[in-house]
Amino acid sequence: MKMTGAQIVIQTLVDLGVDTLFGYPGGTVLYIYDELYKNKHRIHHYLTRHEQGAVHAADGYARVTGRVGVAIVTSGPGATNAVTGLATAHMDSIPLLCISGQVPAALIGNDAFQEADTVGITRSCTKHNFLVRDVNDLARVLREAHFIARSGRPGPVLVDIPKDITVAQTEYVYSSAEPKIRSYKPTLSGHVGQIRRGAKMLQQSKRPVLYVGGGTVLSDASEELFKLQEGLNFPLTNTLMGLGSFPAADSRFIGMLGMHGTYEANMAVSNCDLLVAIGSRFDDRVTGKLSVFAPHATIMHIDVDPTSISKNVKVDLPIVGDVKHVLAQFNDLVHAPGFKSGLQDMGPWWEQINEWRKRECLRFNQGSDVIEPQYVIQCLHQVTKGEAIVATDVGQHQMWAAQFYGFQKPRRWLTSGGLGTMGYGLPAGMGAQVAKPDAQVVVITGEGSIQMNIQEFATCLQYNWPVKVIILNNGYLGMVRQWQEFFYERRYAESDMHVTPDFVRLAEAYGALGLMCDQVDQVIPTLERGLSHPGTVIMDFRVNREANVYPMVPAGAGLNEMILI
Amino acid sequence: MRHVISVLVENEAGVLSRVVGLFSARGFNIETLTVAPVGDGETSRITLVTRGEDSIIEQILKQLNKLVPVIQVADLTEGAHVERELMLVKVATDRDTRAEVLRIADIFRSRVVDATPTSFMIEVTGDSSKLDACLALLTPLGVTEMVRTGLVALSRGDKGMVTKSSH
Ligand SMILES: Cc1ncc(C[n+]2csc(CCOP(=O)(O)OP(=O)(O)O)c2C)c(N)n1
Ligand SMILES: [Mg+2]
Repeated sequence: MKMTGAQIVIQTLVDLGVDTLFGYPGGTVLYIYDELYKNKHRIHHYLTRHEQGAVHAADGYARVTGRVGVAIVTSGPGATNAVTGLATAHMDSIPLLCISGQVPAALIGNDAFQEADTVGITRSCTKHNFLVRDVNDLARVLREAHFIARSGRPGPVLVDIPKDITVAQTEYVYSSAEPKIRSYKPTLSGHVGQIRRGAKMLQQSKRPVLYVGGGTVLSDASEELFKLQEGLNFPLTNTLMGLGSFPAADSRFIGMLGMHGTYEANMAVSNCDLLVAIGSRFDDRVTGKLSVFAPHATIMHIDVDPTSISKNVKVDLPIVGDVKHVLAQFNDLVHAPGFKSGLQDMGPWWEQINEWRKRECLRFNQGSDVIEPQYVIQCLHQVTKGEAIVATDVGQHQMWAAQFYGFQKPRRWLTSGGLGTMGYGLPAGMGAQVAKPDAQVVVITGEGSIQMNIQEFATCLQYNWPVKVIILNNGYLGMVRQWQEFFYERRYAESDMHVTPDFVRLAEAYGALGLMCDQVDQVIPTLERGLSHPGTVIMDFRVNREANVYPMVPAGAGLNEMILI
Repeated sequence: MRHVISVLVENEAGVLSRVVGLFSARGFNIETLTVAPVGDGETSRITLVTRGEDSIIEQILKQLNKLVPVIQVADLTEGAHVERELMLVKVATDRDTRAEVLRIADIFRSRVVDATPTSFMIEVTGDSSKLDACLALLTPLGVTEMVRTGLVALSRGDKGMVTKSSH
C-alpha cells in the first residue's frame, strides 16, 4: 500500500509492537503528530512537559518492561533537550528508540530555523543513529534501529527524519523478519570450552564472590542466576544497577559493593580468590583504586559486550555472551551429577563474611526528634512490603534507597547509575506507571533533584498517574555537601538548597496531594496516607540536614579502606 | 608499540566520523589515516596507524568492532604485511642543486612528476622509513612543500579481508 513517510512511521511502530510513545511536538514532526491523532486507538502518545522528561519516561518504561521505550521530539531544541535522556540511557544500556524531526533535506546544512546537527550531536551518546535520506529507507531504518536498540548490549538509537520525508510517499511492505545487518551480529551463547573452564574454577575456589550487575537485569537472567545459586551457594554482591537481580533478603546476598557498598561486600571482594563478574563492568565507583581491587582473585567475566572485558581490570577468563544464555549453559554443568561434591568447603569463608557482617555497617540511630533519611526508606519498605517500583534521582537519597529498600525482584529499581542524572526520577517513574498502571510507583528524590524536572507533575496530573513522590528534604545538595564535609574542610560552596518552593502548596497548585512530615512518629502515618491516595502525591519529609551516607570508600582509595560510621 | 589497523566499513555517510570520534572520545591516538571505497563501492577500507600498550590496542580493536557499520577489523602488525605510503615533494632548485635532486630521486626509485626551471615535484612510494630517508636528503636542498598520503597496508599471503559486498 502507498503511504506517506508519517504513515510509515506509525505503521512500522505498530508492526513492531509499539503501543506507547512519549514525546513533544514541533514544526518538523507535525505530519507525524497528525498521523498520531488519527491513530489514537492503536498507539498512545503521552505529552510530557519537556523532551528530557519524554526520553526519561521512555527509559523508565523500558527498564520496567524490558521492551524498547520510544520517544519522539522535534528538531533543534527538541533534539538537544533529548540529549541528557539519551546519554542517561546510553550509560545504563537501556533500549530506546528516539525519533527526531529534522529540517527538510534540502535545507540541511543551511543553518535553517530549528536546525541542529542531531546525528552529530548524539553520535557519542547513542548506540547508533541514522539520518533518513530517502522515504524508501524509512521502514527498514526504523526496524533496524529497533533491533539494534534491543539486541546485544542494549542502548538508545536515534532516527532523524527530515520533514519532507514525512510527506513523501512510497509503497509500505510489511515485514516481521528480524533485520539482517551484515556488520552487526551480537554474540548470544558463550564459548563452550570457556564455560567448562569456568565451571572448574567454581569448584576450585575456596573464597568466591559473585559480582552481579545490571546486565543480569537487562537480559532477564534472574531465574538462571537463582538456579545457579542453588548449586553454588556463593556470596553474592550486586552493583547499583544489579539490585533486584537476586533477592536482597536471601542470606547469600551480602549487599551492594563499591563506594557506598557494605563493609562485608567490599571486604569479601578484597579478599576473595575468585571473582565472577556477571553482567557488570568494573566501573570506577565499584572498583575503587584499581591496583588493590580484588588483588588475590582470579577473575571470570561474563558479558555480552567484548569491550567491557579487560577494559579496566585484566580478566583471566572472559566469556562473551548474553548473561541469560551463559548462565543457562553454566547451570547445565553445575547441576550435573557429581559437580556439587567437587565444590570446596565454604564454611570458613562464610564464617569470615559473617564476622564482617557483625560490623553492621548500615547501622543508624533514629532518635525521637529528627527524622533520619534512612528511617524513611526503611518505613517505606515496610509499608510497601518491599514490592514498589522505585525510581530515584541522584544524590544521598539515591544511595539510601539502594542500601535500605531491599529489592526482591528485578525491574523494580530505576536509577541513573552510569550518568548520574539529577532529574531522572520523576519522569522515569511516570514511564514505569504507564507500563504498570496498577503497580505502586514511588519516586525517591531530593529537594535539589526534583526541581530539575519538576514540570512533569503537570504530566502526571494530565493522565491521572498515581505516582508517589517522596522528597528526602535535607535542604542541601546533600551528596555534594557530604564531599565538602569530608574532603573540603566543610566549606559548603553553593550546596545549600534550603530555599525551595513550599512543596505542599506546589502539589496543590498542580492539583496533586501534598503532605509534609517533620515528626518521627508521623513518618509511617504520612507514608500510609500518601501511598493509599488514589492520585499523584508529593510527600515532603524534613530529614536530618547533615546525615551522611555510610560506609564510604573515598574516591581513589581501595575497597578495603572504607570510612565506617 | 606501533600498530597498523585495517577496518572494513559500510561506505555510508558519517562512518568516518564514527571511527574518528571513537578515537578522540576515548583518548586513543591516530598517527595516520587513509580511507577510500573498495570493491563494488558499497564498502570502504580504512587503514590507520596508532600506538599504545597491548591493552589499549585490544580496546581499540574491540571498540572499532562494536561500531555498527564496521564489518571487519584486523591488526596487520600481528603478522607479515606490506606497508606503502606515497609522498609528493616540491623542491626549489638552482643550477647547483638540480642534478643532486635528480640523483636523490633516482636513488629512491622515485619519479619527477612536475618540473619548472626553478623546481621539481617528486613522487616517492615506499614504506614510511624510506619516505623519511628521502625527505631527510631533500630537505637541506630546499623543500618548499610536501604531502604524504598516510599508510596503506595489506597482509601477506593469500588470506585477507573480504571486500565483496554480500548485500
Ligand atoms: C544534572 C546534574 N547536575 C549535577 C549533579 C551533581 N550532583 C550529584 S548529587 C547532587 C546533589 C543532589 O541533591 P538532592 O537532590 O537534594 O539530593 P541529596 O543528595 O540531598 O539527597 C549533585 C548536585 C548531577 N548528578 N546531575
Ligand atoms: Mg537534598
